[in-house]
Amino acid sequence: MDASTERVRPERPLSPHLQIYSPLINMVTSILHRITGAALYVGSLLLVVWLLAAATGPDVYDYVAALFATWPAKLILLGYTWALMLHLLGGLRHLIWDTGAGYELKTTDILCWGSLALSFALTALIWIGVAASGGL
Amino acid sequence: MSMRTPLKTARYLGSAKEGADHFWKQRLTAVSNAVLAVFLVWLIASLVGADYATVKAKLANPLIALGLLALVTSGAIHMRLGMQTIIEDYVHDEGTKIVALMLNTFFVIAIALIGIFSVLKLSFGA
Repeated sequence: MDASTERVRPERPLSPHLQIYSPLINMVTSILHRITGAALYVGSLLLVVWLLAAATGPDVYDYVAALFATWPAKLILLGYTWALMLHLLGGLRHLIWDTGAGYELKTTDILCWGSLALSFALTALIWIGVAASGGL
Repeated sequence: MSMRTPLKTARYLGSAKEGADHFWKQRLTAVSNAVLAVFLVWLIASLVGADYATVKAKLANPLIALGLLALVTSGAIHMRLGMQTIIEDYVHDEGTKIVALMLNTFFVIAIALIGIFSVLKLSFGA
């Protein structure tokens, strides 16, 4: 921009951003959907490392299986399970919204709270199930 | 040599009909992933703590191998599209963005190749 067109911009209010709004559940689940998606992206390494270990041979597989059985790894796998459940349920919620349905305020609240609650419930159910069958 | 811009030759020919491609593929793989994620959870849960011979035999089962191939393929496409959106939303520098988008594609292809190769080796290999 050259000197002839340069002007001092008047101070105008900016459009409101995150700090203006009080957090609503649909905002929270929206960003969680993106965060869990990114986490699952990185977490896909866990699956292919496991598959590659199985394809390599018993020694490597036993090593990786022992690694996955340590407590830090179990915590990561627990987090992975929850991320998968929340992203799965969030995805189903978005598929409902894609049809144009479910945009009433009450319905969005139910869908968002429901997916959050169900994600914890399913994660617990999966891990209790594995523990009960002696897997842990 | 024509001095016309590409826009000039494209104008009035209508849209390329590819605008919804990203959106549609994300939804298509979302639906397949929803089914395949349940399969994955079942598979892993049934193999936690199992010995190598059991794991190898199960992963070499044709139905399970096919399920895993479907999961790796569908998951990889979904991952690439999702991460592409995240990069385009947050990385504004053009050079960095192009590099990030390339790395995204390379990462996803690596994941897919490792997954597919491993499953095939378990099915066909020694």
